[in-house]
Amino acid sequence: MPFACIYVPNFPVAAALRAEPELHAHPVAIFEGKPPLEKIIAVNDKAVGITPGMTKAQAELCAELALRPRSSLHESAAHAAMLDCAQSFSPCVEDAACDTALLDLAGMESLLGSLPEISRAISNRAATLGLAANVAIASNSDTAALAARGFYGMTVIPPGKEAERLGPLRLEVLFANHLEKDRPDGDQKKNADRLLETLARWGVRNLQALAALPEIALSERLGQEGLRLQQLARGATSRTLVSVEAPLVFEEAVELEHAVVLLEPLAFLLNRLLEQLCVRLGSRALATQELRLTLELENYSPFHQSSASGNSRSTISYCRTLRLPQPMLDARVFLKLLQLDLNANPPGAPIVKIHMAAEPAPPRSAQGGLFLPPSPEAEKLELTLARIASLVGESNVGAVELLDTHHPEGFRMRRFISEPPQKKAREKAPAVSKEQSAVTALRRFRPPLRVNVALENCQPVRVACAKKKDVQGNVLWKAGPWRASGDWWEREAWARDEWDLALQSEEAISFYRLVHDLLGGGWFVEGTYD
Amino acid sequence: MSSAVISTSAALSRPFVFDAKAVPEVSLPFEPENESSAQLAPASAQPRPPQRIRRPNLSAELASADPRLAHITPASRLDIRPAPEMVSSGIPAIDALTGGMPRGCLTEICGPASSGRTTLLLAALAAATRRGEFCAVVDASDVLDPHSAQAAGVDLDRLLWVRCGDDPKPKSHAQQKGCPISRASGEREACPELVEWVGISSQPAFDFKRTSSHQSDHRLEQVLRATDLLLESGGFGLIVLDLGDLPPQAARRIPLTTWFRFRRAIEHTPTILLTIEQQPIAGSCSSMLLKLGAAKRRKNVAPGLSRGLGVEAPEERKKDCACDSKFAQTAHAHLLSGLEITAELIVSRLVRKPARSVVFATKTAWAG
Repeated sequence: MPFACIYVPNFPVAAALRAEPELHAHPVAIFEGKPPLEKIIAVNDKAVGITPGMTKAQAELCAELALRPRSSLHESAAHAAMLDCAQSFSPCVEDAACDTALLDLAGMESLLGSLPEISRAISNRAATLGLAANVAIASNSDTAALAARGFYGMTVIPPGKEAERLGPLRLEVLFANHLEKDRPDGDQKKNADRLLETLARWGVRNLQALAALPEIALSERLGQEGLRLQQLARGATSRTLVSVEAPLVFEEAVELEHAVVLLEPLAFLLNRLLEQLCVRLGSRALATQELRLTLELENYSPFHQSSASGNSRSTISYCRTLRLPQPMLDARVFLKLLQLDLNANPPGAPIVKIHMAAEPAPPRSAQGGLFLPPSPEAEKLELTLARIASLVGESNVGAVELLDTHHPEGFRMRRFISEPPQKKAREKAPAVSKEQSAVTALRRFRPPLRVNVALENCQPVRVACAKKKDVQGNVLWKAGPWRASGDWWEREAWARDEWDLALQSEEAISFYRLVHDLLGGGWFVEGTYD
Repeated sequence: MSSAVISTSAALSRPFVFDAKAVPEVSLPFEPENESSAQLAPASAQPRPPQRIRRPNLSAELASADPRLAHITPASRLDIRPAPEMVSSGIPAIDALTGGMPRGCLTEICGPASSGRTTLLLAALAAATRRGEFCAVVDASDVLDPHSAQAAGVDLDRLLWVRCGDDPKPKSHAQQKGCPISRASGEREACPELVEWVGISSQPAFDFKRTSSHQSDHRLEQVLRATDLLLESGGFGLIVLDLGDLPPQAARRIPLTTWFRFRRAIEHTPTILLTIEQQPIAGSCSSMLLKLGAAKRRKNVAPGLSRGLGVEAPEERKKDCACDSKFAQTAHAHLLSGLEITAELIVSRLVRKPARSVVFATKTAWAG
């Protein structure tokens, strides 16, 4: 039963590089602590001469060094991405450490190919998620974890070769968990240091030497802990994974050292976050229908006392929610939509932190057809609608929904959705037959035209409009009135008499709908029949 | 000579021959007597006017003989422009007149007010949505009546309505809700939901602050940009530009290059671009131009019987009506059901037919 291990070496640096990919070519150091006692805790390979334990002031002497504070946001996002990577290959995943994930690959060979192919696929998926991970596959999980910590890149250990392959590794890989995770004053750290010192006095430098020690003698001197370490060195342990169900939380955040004032540089940061979110969602075969963008803004008000952090800079939150009619997974579309939204609703203050969360949803599945009429592509349509909304206003574009009222303008605008035609065809029967003749249509004047009406026996005989010269003339024919009223139980009560008129103008006869407001007392031309 | 003849010749794989009657101005001053005489003269010969090529298989020989003619492509080798697919306009009389509306082309419908432009527009929208297509209406003057559209058979779920106006900012609920015939319009609260608003206009009178020319320019800009975006998006079966209430002077300000761009954008796509206007404005870019005449009432329509409110019928209706004058009133349906609309096909680049007209009648939605 093969197991795989994903191990992200130098995790704080990897998390920082995932948040800022442009730092890959630069020396990077991560520091931690309260000023002025900030110390370097991790560096990448390019930071030559900088070692963990140096003070920040010492590291700052290197001009090209990129110094970044340790960020729990970045590390939690990187950890979630690593679990997403693992979950995309196996449902049985153990969250062994913040930088280590173990996978049960039983039965996966028939689905994903041979073990080297699986390891390559895992490594590529991790790289897509922004993580440079070591991947190892072995017949037991502990061997896979040791190989992932000890060997760079991809490693596949065939069954029976565990001791031979693990032999050259140094003894420190056995205690990597305790040495990295625990504080210096922890008991496990002290025990690990004591065991390492003892083994070093015996001349044991690597796992091969440890595996070759006699078991009884080792048990007499180091106890059960010594035997456990020897079993690990031999690759002979066996245990079941403690499977965890990674929560479907897709969040990315970035804290900015300097506040962003313009929307254009903000777009670069948003693009990075959106790409990471989309890759994570894609690795779990999910899409999103709702994006929540939270911007923490710098508050320059000197009277603002409620500071979120301990420093002097107080912040306020600015939230925007992007709701989509259908699940989508396109970072460029999301970015354009957010840009249009922020252009229409700018934050109004410098941005110091960006937090973005995606609500996961199953991707849409639509069966297309060769002979179906074309329909707008959902992503393109959303962008188009957003751009048109920025032109004419958000409330002036969309589909119409008629309301259950007798009010002549009883409708409302709603979001326009391009659904598959066959679904709508099943839902709704055609309202009219195909052999329908032309129906006289009304063109509404919005707002209605106020007119002067000459009455004779309470009936209009002449209409004149000061605003529109075309709408005037003697009434040639008329029909009506038709009385209507409604909403009398509300403040927006209305009551009216409607007339259909044919006006004889100079050029031709035109047909209008004339309305007499019974509550307000005015006369209006509501539209023309065309 | 129209492109249709060229396509036919090429499609039949016959040698392409110009119609000398159709293009007399490009005929040669002399005609070669036979094929051998069609050989080019040597380069040293004096310049001659371009010759018409009678046989396409001679072109290679001509090109090899004179490299200057290498760029000349015989017409028979040009790409054949397929005839556009014609779809129903929703009105059988119009279909009989025009053969339908061409896909991938620009169709213009012009006419004065009350000439049936919107009736034809809604019929086309209804036919398109019945076919399962998605449609868009770019409404320059915000005149579309959704109730009329539904009565005409338009599937409103498949209709995208772009309402161009003066203010690009979202209208507040207080501005939208209520009508000019309602009270206390200024006391309403703003609606927090900007997307779902009740589309009831409440402005009691006109806004005289903006001049009409400024409004027209602003709306025209919105219309053109929205149309560009919709054409770029693709996937719509019918896109309508409703410029019917724009003054002709304002509509004529749309540059011809814009119409060329629109025509180019829908070329080779199944989208129909339909414009409604008072006068033709797209020029040579439109593939079809329909002119609608002023509506007339049919003479054989019986008068209505709405007697409840004591409305007097028109004098001519009284004369025609044999019943008691007390009941001789024009009903709602009868005033509008008798409208006769005259449509005249002015331009059609698809079928070479002389201009002719057709008359069709309308009915009201409530007439049954």
